[in-house]
Amino acid sequence: MTLPSAYTETRARRFNVGERVRVKLAFPPGHRRTPAYVRGKSGVIERVCGAFANPEELAYGFDGEPKRVLYRVRFRQRELWPDYAGAEGDHLELEIYEHWLEAA
Amino acid sequence: MKHHDHDHSHDRSFDDGPPSEHEIMSRAMQELLEAKGVITAEQLRRRMEQFDAEFPQRGARVIAHAWVDADFRRRLVADGKRACAEWGIDLEADRLIAVENTALVHNVIVCTLCSCYPRALLGMPPTWYKSENYRRRVVREPRAVLREFGTVIPDDVEVRVHDSNADMRYVVVPMRPAGTDGWSEEQLAAIITRDALVGVTVPKP
Repeated sequence: MTLPSAYTETRARRFNVGERVRVKLAFPPGHRRTPAYVRGKSGVIERVCGAFANPEELAYGFDGEPKRVLYRVRFRQRELWPDYAGAEGDHLELEIYEHWLEAA
Repeated sequence: MKHHDHDHSHDRSFDDGPPSEHEIMSRAMQELLEAKGVITAEQLRRRMEQFDAEFPQRGARVIAHAWVDADFRRRLVADGKRACAEWGIDLEADRLIAVENTALVHNVIVCTLCSCYPRALLGMPPTWYKSENYRRRVVREPRAVLREFGTVIPDDVEVRVHDSNADMRYVVVPMRPAGTDGWSEEQLAAIITRDALVGVTVPKP
């Protein structure tokens, strides 16, 4: 038996694994799933999670279409927090929708 | 979810003070769904029992199996939702990413925006997971937070924080500790705690 994959098809996308990206430094009002601490920061695409209904639309009762490609982005902790006290090699990963990303 | 941040029982009858706006909304929604025949109070009660009794065991069983079956472990890391389905575990809307601890990487999970958590695998999240203190600090001083849980990660091991901020859910695959050779899956599952699956502790034999 073939079970459906955890990930939805994501053929049309702007970024690939390993590419450097920057999270847009923007502070629009409304429901956003992009935490403030990564806005304006640069990282690397770790994986492509799939295409998902846009939470910024879902939050207000819309259908979330068109779906947005969701990426897992890896950041160096030193990039996020200049005064980071942990080890040099420490990282943080989180999910960012494509429309929040630009090539870095 | 601000109203979840203080440390208290979630049973209203033990609570002080008036219900929050979200509690009132949740209660009103529940009553409407019952009145319209969408769900019954009995279904709701059964679901809450599952969260308390059945679901928290699932994560430990799955990870214990991953410790003894390398092929299953590969499938779990490749597609967590599908691997759990092999065990009859329906993660419903959740997509699951299993992140492996190794000699080089220690993983820890948080949701900074609210309290996203793989509930169908681990049950209800603990109070500390939902606290602002944990959510704010573990992303910027993870090693200090881990030390408070009694977990000291050497500087030559990367600490990798996973913010569960959108559509994915996460579970840590801890390293199987030395001294557990020949243990049954049941014995192994018994040392795999919820905290270890969130990554704030490591299993000990």
